[in-house]
Amino acid sequence: MPFGGVVKASAFSYAKPSSLSELFDLMEMYGDRAKLLAGGQSLIAALNMRLASPTVLLDINGITELSGIEVKGDVVRIGALTRHRSLEQSAEIKKHLPLVHKAMPFVAHAAIRTRGTFGGSVAFADAAAELPACCVVLDANIELASRKGRRIVSARNFFKGLYETDLQPDEVLISAEFPKLRVGYRSAFLELARRHGDYAVVGVAVHGKFQDDMFSDISMVFFGVADRPVHAVNAGRALESARLSPSTINTLRSAVSLDLETYGDIYHTAETKLHLAKVLAGRAVSIMALGRET
Amino acid sequence: MTTDTASSHVKTHGRYIGAGLPRPDAWRLLHGRGRYTDDIKLARTAHVVFVRSPYAHAGISAINVTKAASSAGVIRVVTGKEVAALCQPWVGVLTHLKGLKSAAQYPLAMERARWQGEPVVAVAAESRAQAEDAAQLIDIDWEPLTAVTSPDTALDSRSPVIHPDLGDNLAYQREVDTGGVDEVFAGAHKVVEATFRTSRHTPVTLEPRSILADYNPAERQLTVYQSTQVPYMMQWILAKHFGLKEINVRVIAPDVGGGFGTKIHIYGDEMTAVALSMMLGRPVKFVSDRLESFVTDFHARGHLVKARMAVSVTGDIVGIEMDDLYGIGPYSGYPRGSANEAKQVLNLVGGPYKNRVYRGRTRVVFENKNMYGQYRAVGHPVACAVTEGLVDLAASAIGMDPAEFRYRNYINAEAYPYTLVTGPVFEKLSQHQAHEKLLDLMNYSALRLEQEELRRQGIYRGIGLAAFVEMSNPSSATYGQGGASIASQDGCTMKLTATGGITCAVSINEIGQGATAVVLQIAASAVGVSTENIKIVIGDTDVTPYGGGNWGSRGTGIGGEAVLQAGKALRQNILTFVALLTETEASVLSIRDNSVIETLTGKELMTLEEVARTAYFRSDKVPRDFSPELVVTRHFAQKTYDGICTNGIQGCYLEVDIETGFVRLLKHWVIDDCGTIINPLLVDEQIRGGVVQGIGGALFEECIYSSEGQLMNGSLIDYLVPMACEMPDIEVGHVSTPTATSELGAKGAGEAGTAGAPAAVMNAINDALKPFGVCVTEQPFTPERILRALGKV
Ligand SMILES: Cc1cc2nc3c(=O)[nH]c(=O)nc-3n(C[C@H](O)[C@H](O)[C@H](O)COP(=O)(O)OP(=O)(O)OC[C@H]3O[C@@H](n4cnc5c(N)ncnc54)[C@H](O)[C@@H]3O)c2cc1C
Repeated sequence: MPFGGVVKASAFSYAKPSSLSELFDLMEMYGDRAKLLAGGQSLIAALNMRLASPTVLLDINGITELSGIEVKGDVVRIGALTRHRSLEQSAEIKKHLPLVHKAMPFVAHAAIRTRGTFGGSVAFADAAAELPACCVVLDANIELASRKGRRIVSARNFFKGLYETDLQPDEVLISAEFPKLRVGYRSAFLELARRHGDYAVVGVAVHGKFQDDMFSDISMVFFGVADRPVHAVNAGRALESARLSPSTINTLRSAVSLDLETYGDIYHTAETKLHLAKVLAGRAVSIMALGRET
Repeated sequence: MTTDTASSHVKTHGRYIGAGLPRPDAWRLLHGRGRYTDDIKLARTAHVVFVRSPYAHAGISAINVTKAASSAGVIRVVTGKEVAALCQPWVGVLTHLKGLKSAAQYPLAMERARWQGEPVVAVAAESRAQAEDAAQLIDIDWEPLTAVTSPDTALDSRSPVIHPDLGDNLAYQREVDTGGVDEVFAGAHKVVEATFRTSRHTPVTLEPRSILADYNPAERQLTVYQSTQVPYMMQWILAKHFGLKEINVRVIAPDVGGGFGTKIHIYGDEMTAVALSMMLGRPVKFVSDRLESFVTDFHARGHLVKARMAVSVTGDIVGIEMDDLYGIGPYSGYPRGSANEAKQVLNLVGGPYKNRVYRGRTRVVFENKNMYGQYRAVGHPVACAVTEGLVDLAASAIGMDPAEFRYRNYINAEAYPYTLVTGPVFEKLSQHQAHEKLLDLMNYSALRLEQEELRRQGIYRGIGLAAFVEMSNPSSATYGQGGASIASQDGCTMKLTATGGITCAVSINEIGQGATAVVLQIAASAVGVSTENIKIVIGDTDVTPYGGGNWGSRGTGIGGEAVLQAGKALRQNILTFVALLTETEASVLSIRDNSVIETLTGKELMTLEEVARTAYFRSDKVPRDFSPELVVTRHFAQKTYDGICTNGIQGCYLEVDIETGFVRLLKHWVIDDCGTIINPLLVDEQIRGGVVQGIGGALFEECIYSSEGQLMNGSLIDYLVPMACEMPDIEVGHVSTPTATSELGAKGAGEAGTAGAPAAVMNAINDALKPFGVCVTEQPFTPERILRALGKV
């Protein structure tokens, strides 16, 4: 982090392609001297602090095919340019991806949600961000494209580390496809942040089946705890065929300890983060079982 | 002048005094027509950017500016020596704070940098962006040195001495001892003790520090537009350090977006901008960016206080002992010194309570961290947290309700004026009344029942009280007597204009707190005109009378009284004139609604427009031996006490999530006594804003430094300022005890909220944690600190 004398981005040029093929031409031309500009809510701050100094910004906001929410068959497709605010207000998302609906109010503040995009969040891959966690817990497929063609990567393999993903320098994130909510499935989303709208100190997203008072097929993902969203596999196993009880919660908490190797941050030690993750895990599955809204 | 005349005055002329009118500048600001320093564009302005030390402590062996100097748009690159040739260094001491020492400080670091963020090289270019480009091309050879970063070890013999010439890192020390302390503690029924820590804060003004210096070599005239709280102090400093004639220095404070004390200090980067303007003979602008604000705007409040309290079996405080230590920057601040917190903490631990057995020590040490000094409610939040924290511990130790314990220990209502064992005098507090009113307002007993009930359900809520005192309306004891040319008096010039309007030029400043509204309402009441007919002129040393500006909760109490007296004098002059013209006595006349009337009958004799027209254009109608004086100036200084103490009490209700350590604020209440209230909306706004800043300290704000002296959270992402979503509803009530030292009777209100809020929050958290037998005393009370206290991590 610099500490002053930097509020103006260094000079760059700007282009606004109106189609993917035009974008690919420009990406080829500029290579790693170019940066894609989506909502700009993370990128512009980085430019102004001179943490990044691209030669050219390629504004993808003119590529209309990247926008929009589409329900087809068993899946919901979210285009990369879809604004956070649109996700938050979408009736389709509320119905078919209630977890995403619950997560959206935790993403920054209303003004930022109006500009910030789904694809920007996923591509930026902040370890404490909500949407990457949603993608992982709901087992979304992420669609990437380059001049060479398109490919699909499971969200569970997409996030590689701190601000690191499987996205290649010549690729654009196009969309993500989520399986629709199935009968008997529920979800819960909980987050602790010191102030509303801050990135999570610790957050948890849970999704799975709860029928006849029994958990099954549970996915649990934590964010804000490590360098990427963490799929807590042991936690899911611990809940398989379990009922909600103090002993289930205890077992779950131990499983979470196995799943997580937490990182500390400036205000919280790794130990505190683990403690908080365990508390949230217990609360999240209780909410799921009791069917309470979060 | 007594309280009675103040209130009778208010009754007679007080149409506007006490009225909750909207602020006159709100409309303009909401229209986006605010004019801040950065909005001012002068032709040929150069923009400065600074290269700052990345190290807390390092030798500078070489600076290479060659590449930067030839970068596009660059006008001049300067290092410390060139600036020092124009600007005399300064030493941040005050003679009446005996023993306060500091070293000579230069605008830019030369051989050695002493904090991370200290300016080292300045680049002036045609645009800010070009200056930033060039700044990145400057090479400095650094020789990192061991940094002093912990006040606890700053005085150890192994610790490096930041200024070897000063001998050690102790900047200031003071002790008081009433005697009898050991005896009362030895014989006390109960003794409670704790170590309280408050964290370094940075005030975070919305508008960062900004200056536009315009030196005209043809006249040796320096005009400075600056986001400042103190135009006249700046005029004095600039003249003195740049060797200019004071009359050739003009300081203009346009709109100022928040001060909180940040903008009453001297900063090397701002002085360098002035020096550059003198070197270049063209305007030079410096606008601090947010990241450099974090490492340069004066910090405050980072104290470590060990304290104990002795109580009798009946619940009387019988003795207090405390030891305060805090680290400032590598220099004492200029021109106000960095020891005022020490003074206030030492003086005010003990609060509004009648205990007279006290031993206290305060020590101030140099550190290789950012500069440090006065910030809203200087030292008060620390003193209040210590006192009120001990009070709650003591009440708990003897099993008494904390409200009852406080009430029985307040200074007796008949004891005023009351001289503290540490020296200052409280003119008159209304603590019992404020206390009763607060318990009513918060419905204290019902709240206690609710708390009990919820505890049974596993919900842990806490109720915290904090009685506070707050010094305001300072006399010359604060600075003038210590050798600093910082005025404790203020002035107002009022003029009847040609069409019967009034212009009112005043030396206090608008920094967003509503000073113009206060001045307007007092002026309108004093003269007897409506507010639409008054124009307030503020913030320009060439135009306003001489005065202190804004600091120390003094604007309304001091500046307001000057306005009242000027208004009354103008009114009297107008009445005398009209009496002469109408062949009657001034004593039977009044001014009401912009006209001179016969008081008894209400008959209009002349409008003010007619008065002005006669005076200015029809001198033929004015008796030959009479000259109507329709411009008057009055000044006021509070000379009776060192300061006028205000008082009050705050209550906080919150819930602690004992599994996560997160605190949810539910409600906050304040009863404040600021004497005569000019505009209740503004007072309540000040109290609420102050409370929010106090809550910031209690729950969020903390400048976290690494052991190498690097600020780890120097951005708005990482440094948590309180935000609206987390704030509770804040209900404000008042008791009014006007000061008898002025006719207006107003005392300060700007700092009271900040003084008491952290203690109220702390006590509420500890009240919530009471069933677990644990307590937190280290601010901010982060989830982690609460979890640690609970033994969960
Ligand atoms: C004050 C504040 C608080 C915030 N709090 C939160 C929070 O609590 N939770 C949260 O999740 N986020 C938060 N954000 C970030 C916000 O959600 C951003 O919108 C998001 O991280 C990035 O989206 P964007 O569209 O703005 O991307 P941009 O800033 O435009 O781009 C970010 C990065 O992604 C790349 N990129 C963008 N789109 C694509 C694409 N389609 N293909 C390939 N690469 C692409 C860009 O090149 C750039 O490197 C916060 C932001 C701010 C300013």
